Amino acid sequence: MALTSSNDIEFRSVTKKYGALTAVSDINLSISKGAFLALLGPSGCGKTTCLRMIGGFEQPSEGTIHIAGREMNGVAAYHRPVNMVFQHYALFPHFNVEQNVAYGLRQMRPRLSRAEISRRVGEALAMVRLDGFAGRRIHEMSGGQQQRVALARAIVNRPSVLLLDEPLAALDKKLRTAMQIELQTLQRELGITFVLVTHDQEEALSMADTVCVMSAGRIRQLGAPQEIYDRPADLFVADFVGKTNRIEAVAEAGGTVLRLADGSAMSSSAHSTGGGAGVPNGKVTIAIRPEKMRMSRAAAPGPAFKGRVTHRIFLGSVTEYAVAVPGLGDFLVTEDRNGLATDNMVSPGEEVFLGFPPEAAHVFPVQQP
Amino acid sequence: MPLKPQTRHKLVTALLLGPAGLWLFFFLVLPFIAILVFSVGKRGPVGGYAPAFTFEQFANLGTRAAAFVNTLELAPVGAFSCLLVAYPVAYYLAVKVNPQRRLLLLSLVVAPFWTSLLMRTYAWMYLLGGRGIPHLLELVGIENVRLINTPGAVLLGIVYGYLPLMIMPIYVSLEKLDRKLLEASYDLGAKPIGTFFRVTLPLSLPGVMTGFALVTILLLGEYLIPQLLGGGKVFFIGNALVDLFLQSRNWPFGSAIAVTLVAVVVVILTIAMRLTWRIAGTRKVDLV
Repeated sequence: MALTSSNDIEFRSVTKKYGALTAVSDINLSISKGAFLALLGPSGCGKTTCLRMIGGFEQPSEGTIHIAGREMNGVAAYHRPVNMVFQHYALFPHFNVEQNVAYGLRQMRPRLSRAEISRRVGEALAMVRLDGFAGRRIHEMSGGQQQRVALARAIVNRPSVLLLDEPLAALDKKLRTAMQIELQTLQRELGITFVLVTHDQEEALSMADTVCVMSAGRIRQLGAPQEIYDRPADLFVADFVGKTNRIEAVAEAGGTVLRLADGSAMSSSAHSTGGGAGVPNGKVTIAIRPEKMRMSRAAAPGPAFKGRVTHRIFLGSVTEYAVAVPGLGDFLVTEDRNGLATDNMVSPGEEVFLGFPPEAAHVFPVQQP
Repeated sequence: MPLKPQTRHKLVTALLLGPAGLWLFFFLVLPFIAILVFSVGKRGPVGGYAPAFTFEQFANLGTRAAAFVNTLELAPVGAFSCLLVAYPVAYYLAVKVNPQRRLLLLSLVVAPFWTSLLMRTYAWMYLLGGRGIPHLLELVGIENVRLINTPGAVLLGIVYGYLPLMIMPIYVSLEKLDRKLLEASYDLGAKPIGTFFRVTLPLSLPGVMTGFALVTILLLGEYLIPQLLGGGKVFFIGNALVDLFLQSRNWPFGSAIAVTLVAVVVVILTIAMRLTWRIAGTRKVDLV
């Protein structure tokens, strides 16, 4: 009798080594049924290795992976209830669209009838809006269409988990945004657990309901996208997810006072800290999101630094400013159109005052090497 | 004076293609035209060629029917035997072998080409002959084993001589095979054997076809190996050509046979190409 578990995938102390190199280091992770999880991190962080271990293309060196309550160590890829959308789609070039999509169905035992196979292929193609393309050759399809074929080929088997390896990386920006919405819709309709691997934080934040930020084979933070963005667990997450301004400072008096490099001091009581606990005395880094920065021509109440605008980058809905503050370095400030009217935009060369609400600042102790 | 870009471009093209073009023109195209002309001519009074326009040489092809049948049997059977031996080797070299040892093994595959096929075939003649392997077998008590002058000896010589030509193209197409496609197949529930027959084999067909066509075409003109290892008891087109051109000096009839042979080769090649395109689903078929 199997224990019913709401977790579809579980990593229990999973380590993966390639010779002397440790790609994944002691990972514990539970992915609940129907979740949309994004494994996010820079290249080489171990996210793809994790995905390939779920798919059965790699075996953990230590620890176990469970899928739908069953231990999967030693179970071959072709015996796992998961399907994968490969990075460059890996469509079979010698088959047409229909034959590609039907490939998995043809492997099923007991055998499915011809009628059943063709019905399900039709359904899957309709779901990715490729009806009428069944007879096309793969090399006659555009990148976006190929990506839909890959998706149809995977979901047609009704896996309990769908793995997506950088599925949108090869598409142009417009198509990528459209596919992000489609993938999200598809996931809700199917109710299948999606595990997405990406190095693109925007993709992870916009699609997933849970984001797992990884670096150097370890999980740095696991949480909802807003949580990751608003309350990064450490400086790495703050830096990797979104843009961040960093101010080096020294915590004094039990972490209640932060002394900045320019000599000014600020009270730290209102500041959020990484783990929730206060910071110990010593070097710290203060991280502030560019859109939380306040920029004005006149000094405003609260902590403020005087600086000079060096660059202005107009991005349409928002404008980014690079501001050099003597003694503290360069700051990035994002202003939306409500901030400063278009005809009154601050120009490069102008002197400005920068500030931020204390609760927008995250204070992280600097790791002593 | 500097040359105009177009002139320069034409000049470079001419220089690059000139030597090979001239060579092929004088030593392939012209001789072939000569053969075509000869094939509709008549035999001269003391042999050679006498001008005429007649198809009687082609009408006489029937007298060499046995040679055609033997050749058309030997070529595909030999090529297929080569294929059976070559595919596993190519697969091992492309997929299984440790990349560091690959280069060494590949050079071993082509190493026999460093000596002439004639010498190597003579070597086989002695190995298979009475004082070779049969003699060794006698020493351990196995008597009256006949190896030389058997169909088996011919097949062995052919597979031995043409194996590298079959291994190389298959190796190249297997080596280019995207490993992700195999993973995709496993991911979709296909086991290794099924994956081989549904993905690996079809996608290596261009290489198989190239190797098969190459070996078949060369075997159509082969007569040395059957002569040396088969005892010359079976007559092939190659033997017929040598005989007609050098012994009986019936050039027009020999030309007619040669033209027919070329026609057969063209037909085989065309069919092989079409088939490969259909199965591999692309027109991009590399000839090596």
